[in-house]
Amino acid sequence: MNQRKLLDLLPRLTPILAVLISLLVGAVMLALLGTNPWEAYRALFIGAFGSTNALADTIVKATPLLFVGLGICIAFRGGVLNIGGEGQLVTGAIAATAIALSVPNWPGWLIILVALLAGTLAGAIWGGIAGLLKAHFNVNEILSTIMLNYIAVFGMNYLLRGPMMDPLQIKLGSFTPQTARLPRAADLPRLIPTRLHLGAVIAVILAVAVYILLWRTTIGFRIRTVGKSLRAALAAGVRTKRYMALSLVLAGAFAGLGGAVEVLGLHHRMFTDGSAFGFTGSAGFNGIVAALFGQLHPIGTIPASFLLGALLTGANKMQRMMQIPSALIGALNGLIVLLVVGSEFLRRHRIKHTQSAESERAETSAEEEEA
Amino acid sequence: MSWSIIIGILSSGIRLATPYLYAAVGETIGQLSGVVNLGVDGVMLMGAYVAFFVALRTGSLSLGLIAAAGMGGVFGLIMAFISVTLKAEQGISGIGLYLFGLGLSTFLFGITIRNVQTIDGFPDLAIPGLSRIPVIGEIFFQHNILVYVAFALIPIAWFLLNKTPFGLKVRAVGQNPEAADSLGVNVARVRYLTVTLGGMLSGVAGASLSIALLNTFQQNLTNGMGFIAVALVYFGGWRPVLVFAGALLFSTVNALQIWLQVAGINVPSDVALMLPYIVTILVLAAMAKRRVNAPAALNKRFERGES
Amino acid sequence: MNKVLAGFVLVALIISSMAIIGLADAFKVAFVTPSTINDSAWSQSMYDALVTIQNEMGKDNFQFVYSENMYVISDAAAAIRDYASQGYNLVIAHGSQYGGSLVDIAPDFPNTAFAWGSTANTFSDQGITNIFSYQPYSEQGGYVNGVLAAKLSETGMMGVIGPIETGDAKRYTEGFQAGVMATDPDAKVSVTWTGSYSDVSLSAETARTMIKAGADVLTGTSQMVIGAIGVAKKEGAIWFGYDVDQAPLAPEIVVSSVVVDWTVALRPMIAAIQSGTMGGKVYDLTLANGGLKIAVNAEGLVGKTIQAIINGDIVVGE
Repeated sequence: MNQRKLLDLLPRLTPILAVLISLLVGAVMLALLGTNPWEAYRALFIGAFGSTNALADTIVKATPLLFVGLGICIAFRGGVLNIGGEGQLVTGAIAATAIALSVPNWPGWLIILVALLAGTLAGAIWGGIAGLLKAHFNVNEILSTIMLNYIAVFGMNYLLRGPMMDPLQIKLGSFTPQTARLPRAADLPRLIPTRLHLGAVIAVILAVAVYILLWRTTIGFRIRTVGKSLRAALAAGVRTKRYMALSLVLAGAFAGLGGAVEVLGLHHRMFTDGSAFGFTGSAGFNGIVAALFGQLHPIGTIPASFLLGALLTGANKMQRMMQIPSALIGALNGLIVLLVVGSEFLRRHRIKHTQSAESERAETSAEEEEA
Repeated sequence: MSWSIIIGILSSGIRLATPYLYAAVGETIGQLSGVVNLGVDGVMLMGAYVAFFVALRTGSLSLGLIAAAGMGGVFGLIMAFISVTLKAEQGISGIGLYLFGLGLSTFLFGITIRNVQTIDGFPDLAIPGLSRIPVIGEIFFQHNILVYVAFALIPIAWFLLNKTPFGLKVRAVGQNPEAADSLGVNVARVRYLTVTLGGMLSGVAGASLSIALLNTFQQNLTNGMGFIAVALVYFGGWRPVLVFAGALLFSTVNALQIWLQVAGINVPSDVALMLPYIVTILVLAAMAKRRVNAPAALNKRFERGES
Repeated sequence: MNKVLAGFVLVALIISSMAIIGLADAFKVAFVTPSTINDSAWSQSMYDALVTIQNEMGKDNFQFVYSENMYVISDAAAAIRDYASQGYNLVIAHGSQYGGSLVDIAPDFPNTAFAWGSTANTFSDQGITNIFSYQPYSEQGGYVNGVLAAKLSETGMMGVIGPIETGDAKRYTEGFQAGVMATDPDAKVSVTWTGSYSDVSLSAETARTMIKAGADVLTGTSQMVIGAIGVAKKEGAIWFGYDVDQAPLAPEIVVSSVVVDWTVALRPMIAAIQSGTMGGKVYDLTLANGGLKIAVNAEGLVGKTIQAIINGDIVVGE
C-alpha cells in the first residue's frame, strides 16, 4: 500500500525533478565560469525567500504573473491562444494612470476603484479587438495579439513622451518619458512595511472567482466546451465565435487589471524605456508559463506564479551576489520551462495508468448534467 | 512621390522581408505537420550569433551560414523532442525555447566576442543583365545572395509541399495523424523532419541578419522578429505564396514609414511606427471571406493507439 | 615613569591609528544599469569610468559591483534597495527611468548616497538629502558634430537616427541640428526615430533610406545605431558617433565621436561623500569641464589631416 502511494506520488514530483535537472545543468555552466554553484544557488534561495523583504519581492513579482495567468486559464480553456498579455498590461496601466491623474482630488478609495475599473476595461477592449477580429474577420488571434502588442507599445510611447509627460520633466529639460506621480491617496495599501501591496490579495481572490466562473457557471461551461471540441460545441448549439471572443475579452480584462494594479500598487506612475518590458517585466509571457505550470487551473496558477516569481526574484539576487552575467540566468529560465513542460509527459502517463477510468467518466457525466 | 522614391521603398521592403521569409517558411512547414513553434525568435538569435562568431573567427561567411543552419537544426531537434516525443504543450515549449535561445546567445556573445564588432558580410550581387532592367532591376536584382535565396525558397517550398510525396505526408500528418498513421506514415518521423527543417531555416534567418544585412551581433539582435514571422504564417493561411505576400506587405509598409520620417513628413514617429502592424491586421481582416485550411491537428498531441 | 607614560601613549597612538586605517575601508560602489556593460554605449561608458576610478584609487580603496540588464524597473528597485541595505557607500542608478524608485528608497538609507541621471533633479525639493544627479550636456557635443558635419557634407543633407524622442537622444539631436544650421543655413537635417533602443534592423534600413534620399553624413544615438554604422560603412557615408568612441567599429568613416567621461562627475561625487555630503548636488558634464570630450578618429579625416601636417605632407601657412 505504501509502495503504491509512493508510485502515485512519484509522477507528481517530476516537475520538481525537472527543475532540479535544469539547476544541475546550470551548476555545470556556473562551474565552468569559475563560480561556486552551491554559493550561487544559496544566493538564489536567499534572494527569493531569505527575508521578509525578499519574500515580499517574490510575491510582488508573482502578482502580475497571476493576473495574466488567470486570463490565460480562461483563454486556453476556451481554445484561444492569447499572446497579447504584454499589450493588454500596457493598455490597462495607461488607462488607470490617465484616470487617476485626471481626478486627483477625489477620495483615495474612489480613485483606486475607478482606476482599476478603467484598467480592466481598457485591457478587455484590447483583448476584445482580437476577439472581434477572430469572430467576424477570420483573423487568427496569435497574429492579432502579437501585432496589438506592438501597437500598444508605440501608443504608450506616444502618450508618455507627449500628452501624458510629467510637466516637471519638461521644466527640468530632461524629457524622461514618464507621467507625474499619481496622487498618494491612490496608492494601494501596503500589507506589511515592504513593497507588498493589496494587489496580491486581489489576485488570489480573483483566482477563486475564475474557478467559479469556469466550473460553476453556464458561461464557463460553454467556454470550456468550445475549447474542448468546436464540433461538439456547435452540435450543442453553443455560439462558438461569441465564446471565443468572450475568452479573449476576459483574458484582456485580467491582464489590464494586472497592469492597473502594477501602477497603483508598485510604480505609482507610468513610464517607458521604449519597449513594454521595463514596465511589464515580460509578465505577459511569463504569465502564460505560470498558467500552464498551474495546469491551466486558476487555483494551481497561484503556487505556479509564486514559484516562478521566486525564481525570477532569486535570479536577480544571484546576479548581484555572484556577479554572473544576467544572460546565463535567462538561459536557465528557458531551460527550466523546457524541462518542466517536457516532464509533463511522464506525469501524464503515470497518472493515466494509475488513475481509474471511472473518475474521468464521473467528470464527464457531471458536465453533461450541468449542461 | 517620384519614381526613385518608390523604387527605394520597394527595394527596402525586399531587404527587410528577407529574415521573415526564411523564418516564416520554416514555421509554415512545421505547422503544416501539426507543430506550432513559438520559439522562432530564440532560434534566430542562436543562428545569428553562431553565424557571426564563426565568420569572425574563420573569416568564412559560408562556414558561418552552415553553422547557423546547423545550430538552428539542433534547436529544431530540441523542439521536436519536447513536442513530439515528450508530447509537451507546444505553445509553452516554444516560449521556453525562445527564452533559452535569447539567454544563451547573449551569454555566449558575452564570453566569446564581448564587445560589439562589425564584419564585412555577403556583398551585394547585381545579377548581370537583369539588374540593368530599369525599375525592376533596381528593386529586385541588386541584393546580397541571401536575399535571392529567400525568394527562391518560395517556389521551392510550394513545390515541396504540394508536388512531392513528402509534402503529401506532411499535410496528412497535420490534418489527420491517426489516418496517416494507419496508412503507415511515421507521424513522429515526419514531424521531426519538419520541425528540424524549420529550425534550420530560422537559423539561416538569423544569419541573414548577422552576416548579410546588418553584419554585426548584439544582445537580442532580432528584436522580436521571430514572433512577427510566426504571425505571418497565420497571415498566409499556411500557403507559402501568401506567407510571402504577407512578409512583403509588412516590410514594405515598414519601409514606407521609414521614408515618411526621413522625408520629414509631419507624422508623430510613434504613429508612423504603428503602420506596418495596423496595415497587416487590416489587410487580413479585409480578406475575411478567404478560405483557410488550418491543419486540423495543429497544436495537438498525437499518441498512437488513441482515438 | 615619564618613559613608561611616553611608551604607553605611543602604543595607544599606534593602536588608534591602526584602528583608523582599519576603519577607512574601501569605498564601495554598486552600479545598476538597464543594458549590458558591453553595450558600446550608455552602460559601457559608465562601467569604463568605474574601472578607471578603480585603477586610480587602487583596488584596496575602491571596489564596485554591478547589476546589468536591469531594464525591468521593479527589479532595478529591488537591486537598489538590496545594495543600500548592504551598506554600500554609493549606489548609482544609471537611468532616468529609476528616479521614481529612488525617491522611495533613499530616505530609508541616510548613510548611503545615491546617484542617478541624466537629470538635474536631486529631489532636494522633497527634503531628500542623499541623492546626487548627473547630466551630460549632450547638445554641446551634438553641436560640435553638427558643425563638422555641415562642413563635410557635399550634398547638404544629413541624417540623425534616434531611439525615442526623449532625454539625451533628444538633446543631442537638437544640438546637432543647431550646429548644422549655424554653419550652413541651407542644409537639411532629416531626423528619424526608430521607437526602440535595440532595433538594429530598423536603424540599418533607416540609414539606407537616408543615403538614398541624398544624405552623405549620418549620426545617431543608442546601441541600435550599430546597424546604421554598418550601412554607412558599406555605402561610404560619413558617421559621427555618440556615447563611446565608435571609430573602432568603422575606422574608415567615423570622423569624431562625442564621448561622455563620467569620471568627471564621479571623482567630485566620491570626494563629497567622503567628506560627509551625501547628496543634493547636480554634476554637469560639459565640454568646459571635460565631462564631454570629442574623440577624434586618428584614421578618419580630421586625424589624417593632423597627421599629414605633422609629417609635413601638408604644408600650411608658408
